[in-house]
Amino acid sequence: MPELAIERWGKDSGFPPDAPIVLTIEGTHGLLIHAVTQAAAERGAAPGARLTDARAIDPALVAVPADPEGDAALVQRLARWAGRWSPLVEVDGPDGLRLDVSGVAHLFGGEAGLVRDIERSFARLGLTARVAIAQTAAAAWALARCSPSPLAGEGDSAKASGARGRGRNRPPPHPSAACGCSLPLPRGERGLFHELTPLPVAALRLDADTVRTLDRLGLKTVGALLEVPRLALARRFRGAEDVVDALDRLTGRKPEPLTAAPTVSPPRALLRLEEPATHPEAPGQALERLIPELVRQLEERRLGARALSLAGYRVDGSVALASVATAIPSREPAHLERLLADKAAALNPEFGFDAFALTAEWTEELGAAQESLVEEPSGERDLARLVDRLTVKLGPRAVRRPRPHESHLPERASGWVGAISLPSLSREGEGGGWRVKRLDAAERASSRASSPLGSTPPLRPSPEGEGKVKRPHRLLDRPEAIDVIYATPEGMPRRFVWRRAVHDIARAEGPERIAPEWWRSASSARLRDYYRVEDADGRRYWIYREGLTGDGRGGAPGWFIHGLFG
Amino acid sequence: MPAPSRPTLSELFAAHPRDGGWTAFLLAQIDTAGPVLWVQQRMAILESGRVYPPGLPVADLIHVEARDAREALWAMEEGLKCRTLSAVIGELWGDPAVLDFTATRRLAVAAERSHVPCWLVRLGGAANLSGARMRWRITSAPSLADPLDPRAPGAPAWDAELFRARGAPPGRWSLAHDAGAFHLVARAGDRAVGQGQRLSA
Repeated sequence: MPELAIERWGKDSGFPPDAPIVLTIEGTHGLLIHAVTQAAAERGAAPGARLTDARAIDPALVAVPADPEGDAALVQRLARWAGRWSPLVEVDGPDGLRLDVSGVAHLFGGEAGLVRDIERSFARLGLTARVAIAQTAAAAWALARCSPSPLAGEGDSAKASGARGRGRNRPPPHPSAACGCSLPLPRGERGLFHELTPLPVAALRLDADTVRTLDRLGLKTVGALLEVPRLALARRFRGAEDVVDALDRLTGRKPEPLTAAPTVSPPRALLRLEEPATHPEAPGQALERLIPELVRQLEERRLGARALSLAGYRVDGSVALASVATAIPSREPAHLERLLADKAAALNPEFGFDAFALTAEWTEELGAAQESLVEEPSGERDLARLVDRLTVKLGPRAVRRPRPHESHLPERASGWVGAISLPSLSREGEGGGWRVKRLDAAERASSRASSPLGSTPPLRPSPEGEGKVKRPHRLLDRPEAIDVIYATPEGMPRRFVWRRAVHDIARAEGPERIAPEWWRSASSARLRDYYRVEDADGRRYWIYREGLTGDGRGGAPGWFIHGLFG
Repeated sequence: MPAPSRPTLSELFAAHPRDGGWTAFLLAQIDTAGPVLWVQQRMAILESGRVYPPGLPVADLIHVEARDAREALWAMEEGLKCRTLSAVIGELWGDPAVLDFTATRRLAVAAERSHVPCWLVRLGGAANLSGARMRWRITSAPSLADPLDPRAPGAPAWDAELFRARGAPPGRWSLAHDAGAFHLVARAGDRAVGQGQRLSA
């Protein structure tokens, strides 16, 4: 796919096709051109050149940074997609794919048909592809990338290289090169040899230095190279620049197997029914038979399930799905069954299920742990199972655990997260877990030192000592506005009305000033002065005044109640 | 102050839904080092706030927000099957129909079977028939004096009324909690009396 980078960029950004655009990458000496549009190529830009040089030719070029990672990801996706033609697909370099098409070409109407199909499919994706089929992978690579016209090679065992460069024209008969070479070729490959000989030596996939050396020696084509005695070549080029080795791979004298990316299918248990089952208990009964099978697979692969789904395939082709998740990897049959049982029972059979599949969609490593000798699971696992059961029934948003969050804003500091999504159930931090921020004392000191207004009330040090702030046991989800009577606008509150009940403040402590997080909130957010107050009945509340008079962020400060102390 | 001899179901009535004083009383009675399941009915969250982890001494908290009393009771019972928990706390609002004698009895039996103490907290509810072994009514009392600041609220104090208990006479105490033990304190106004008396929890 020679135009992959520019075509992908074009599809993503929707640029006009005639714009002179070049994609650039960082080079050692400034930006290098990675890919060019047709219009840019006409103006003298070429991949590999320096951007400044190209700009010198035509200053109108538009440079855009290239995205090699994105391109590589696309090639990976295409490799999976290319599995439609062959089971053995390998990503080849940044812009190529190699397919082993031995024995599959007839499915597409012969090799010509296969090539046509590949071309048509890539064209439908909007990608230019040069396709070649040859007896060896190296030959296919060479033909796809370096042949002026590509070739659907003949031959019974073939490798296709869906790679760069496919011209429009059909393969013309090449001028037969001198075939009187000193190398005996494997039989039946003369045709291929004819095609290969006129190719430049760059088709051998040698590194640039070797290619340059060969060029200087006058060996410009593969054919010329084949005429040189092997021994001489072997003596001249050694080590990394092994020309003989490259020639052997090209001609098939040395095997070059493809290594396809291993595909690991998730553990899956399948149950086919002879007759469609329409009774509502069917999914539950299927589950009973599927879980032992799935657990066996999980055990074999030393995995534990984190997410499971039971798919019921209906006779009319639709699929009913029930999914659950677990807090820690598990492969205990009873637990998994209990999680899925309710959801499985709710699957609607409609016209009847004729197959069930239970898939562990997300698995994690789980060693061969032994349950303790007595029937008592360990604490953490026990707790995780409780979380699973609660989450399955009540939903992931209803079951949560706190994760300490570094924030001075009380509502952000609680850091509730779904209990099921917390990877490790053990808490960070020791002791009480909630480390009271030491910063708080420092912040108080600094706010006292650099108070923007001269009229702020004096701040007393907290009686509990440095670094310890009192937080309420309960926090209202959203602070409620209260009416407050105070002695001075920025002094202690005296009395407040919350939910139509009057509370006389007997004792109060504060303020604890919490500034808005300017990097998150709008610039109009106001600071809060928190007070710990106790009313005449001994009920303790956490109230705050939002803003200061004359801070330029709104009118008179409002009062809110935010928490209840125990 | 009487305490149950083994983990069981205790019922706790807040004197007023907006009185959060019972929270500290309850936390003083449970083992806060282990994991705690805290179930709150949504109505209780709206009325008197969600539990706030930075303010709690609980090391490991699992919080459940239940839509209604039925869900809350189910979650509590589910939690009582897990012996790892060091306590199960459930807050219910008002007098839901599902919270009858059978439901509380189920909780009591489950708690005793798994040796997990269970606290059923009733906000704005009436003390009708219940299977709880101990039933408390907790009212906040004016706090103790702060040693450093006379104007600040000090250590919390409560009026605790044990109005029904199995194997213990009912009673009424004015309490404060400090250093792992409850202290009897005098009624508000006279701080000198009862300062030295200690009753272990």
